[in-house]
Amino acid sequence: MDRPIRVLVAKPGLDGHDRGAKVIARALRDAGMEVIYTGLRQTPEQIVSAAVQEDVDVVAMSILSGAHNTLLPKVVDLLKAEGVDDMLVVGGGVIPDEDIPFLKEKGVAEVFTPGTPTQVTIDYIKENIMK
Amino acid sequence: MFDKEKMTQIKEGAQAFEAKTQKSLEKRPERQEKFYTGSGDEVKRLYTPGDLEEIDYNADLGLPGQYPYTRGAQPTMYRGRLWTMRMYAGFATAEESNKRYKYLIEQGSMGLSVAFDLPTQIGYDSDHSLSEGEVGKVGVAIDSLADMEILFDGIPLDKVSTSMTINAPASVLLAMYIAVGEKQGVSADKLRGTIQNDILKEYIARGTYIFPTEPSMRLITNIFEYCSKEVPKWNTISISGYHIREAGSTAAQEVGFTLADGIAYVDAAIKAGLDVDSFAPRLSFFFNAHNDLLEEVAKFRAARRLWAKIMKERFGAKDPRSMRLKFHTQTGGSTLTAQQPENNIVRVAIQTLAAVLGGTQSLHTNSKDEALALPTEDSVRVALRTQQVVAYESGVTNTVDPLAGSYYIEAKTKEIEDRAMEYIKKIDEIGGAPRAIDMGYIQQEIMDAAYQYQKEVESDERIVVGMNKFQIEEEAPKGLLRVDPSVGELQKNKLAKLRDERDNEVVSEKLNALRKACEGNDNLMPFILDAVRVYATLGEICGVMREVFGEYQQSVNL
Repeated sequence: MDRPIRVLVAKPGLDGHDRGAKVIARALRDAGMEVIYTGLRQTPEQIVSAAVQEDVDVVAMSILSGAHNTLLPKVVDLLKAEGVDDMLVVGGGVIPDEDIPFLKEKGVAEVFTPGTPTQVTIDYIKENIMK
Repeated sequence: MFDKEKMTQIKEGAQAFEAKTQKSLEKRPERQEKFYTGSGDEVKRLYTPGDLEEIDYNADLGLPGQYPYTRGAQPTMYRGRLWTMRMYAGFATAEESNKRYKYLIEQGSMGLSVAFDLPTQIGYDSDHSLSEGEVGKVGVAIDSLADMEILFDGIPLDKVSTSMTINAPASVLLAMYIAVGEKQGVSADKLRGTIQNDILKEYIARGTYIFPTEPSMRLITNIFEYCSKEVPKWNTISISGYHIREAGSTAAQEVGFTLADGIAYVDAAIKAGLDVDSFAPRLSFFFNAHNDLLEEVAKFRAARRLWAKIMKERFGAKDPRSMRLKFHTQTGGSTLTAQQPENNIVRVAIQTLAAVLGGTQSLHTNSKDEALALPTEDSVRVALRTQQVVAYESGVTNTVDPLAGSYYIEAKTKEIEDRAMEYIKKIDEIGGAPRAIDMGYIQQEIMDAAYQYQKEVESDERIVVGMNKFQIEEEAPKGLLRVDPSVGELQKNKLAKLRDERDNEVVSEKLNALRKACEGNDNLMPFILDAVRVYATLGEICGVMREVFGEYQQSVNL
């Protein structure tokens, strides 16, 4: 790989809990990745547009509002509609285990729940990006 | 607190002890080279009166209920009356939440605390496109006075005190509460409760802002002014360190940044022409309680002392009630783990003790399943029982400020006060909290502390039981609370019906009057109340204000 992994860290939905998003953004950056952070309250449309425009390898979404089952699959669907099939989509936040199979079925590659060390996420991204 | 000769003896003794101990450490080292508080400050092996040399009992501690209030906001504290056990609750529809409130009151909860869903907190109706997937999720959905009437159905507003976690649209929800009171025959001067109404920490840490800083500060001072005349028992703001701490700050930052926000509100109100003693007694605060019991107790005491000094010396307050910091506490959500969630009950018990030993006026205890989902009724009951055990069985309520005089507690109280003051000075130099927020200074400081914490956890320098040590194989927890996804549809239908049945002409008349008022300088509260009474929706009212005021743009920095 000749360029660093590019990651869009995004906050879909209306919740303002961005500690996790910012911590993971810094950790990914410290691990040598290029990180773009969207800030709060991003609609699925805005996230997809930023991902395409920034030509990222990974879309990492953090959500703690409980709206994950609505918003995360929507991002995956919109990416598909844009013809994007080489971006790794991952999620994190307060997401009950029992929702994870549904999210994976909808195309979210992995979901990281509270207490996950940032290194686990870093390793996962390095091993799974689609290049 | 000791005479000079005694003090010299004590200090010499402590030095000799250190020298002797240092020697024995070569053979038997301590568990760690250095020890740190939960906030990462170094802790000494031993504290003696030598550490309290600068503290003057009368000036710095004094008596409870008296300046500088270090020892407590009231003279008798929990001997007179226990703190208000106030459980933050709300989800799904007004009907569902109303049931939960009645359950909590039956179980001994003494005041209500309303959680609103995110669309409500950001001023969108449930049928707005941005509300999709969020309706009723983290709190109750309130679109209009009609929902508010259901929320408090059968709960007499002259008998309960109600705290509402609402900020950007606080004026609208307060107006709805006043209107529900009117319908129950309870006049506004009998209403008791609190609105959070603290926009600055929304920009810093919590994220549910709507309008830019200036109109937001206007709305807040409008509320101060209106309530001082019409709703005199209402706490008009809850200046919040809770979310600053949750975002990752240290204890000293929590105090420093929160009081800096407080200073900005007082400044704004004085600038708007209000007399400091007309509104300052109704200011209240909201802090976090984390796991480092003694550091937290010191933090609460430091906050009281520092605020008293600020109000007296900086703002020239004359009324003692203006100098007396009263606060609500919530236990620390970010300290709870998704792993082995039962352990969270123990963490919450320690945090409860911290809040009580620190002299809180009211307390919400988190439930063990907080890191997983909204709490179930059972886990909320355990959290409430935790408070009741501390209140009725632990004995810590029998005397006022029981940890006062501990060398460590007093030294730590002073240290946190000094550090918080340094942050306030730095923010003053920048030009005040709103400017420091716009520049991203406060957010950056918090983020640095949060990242530091994360690195310590990942390198095992900091142990979180069950998470990075003492782990077990666990099955996914069962029986979590799920909000019925049909809530969104339900609210949409209610709204459609409301818009169909109300007098839409009078609604737009009232909304136009509000628009005009927004463009001018009048106090907005009466106009908002007029609109609420005719069932204008929250989204419509906030929509008018959005048109006139615009929206806040977050500065994004990592």
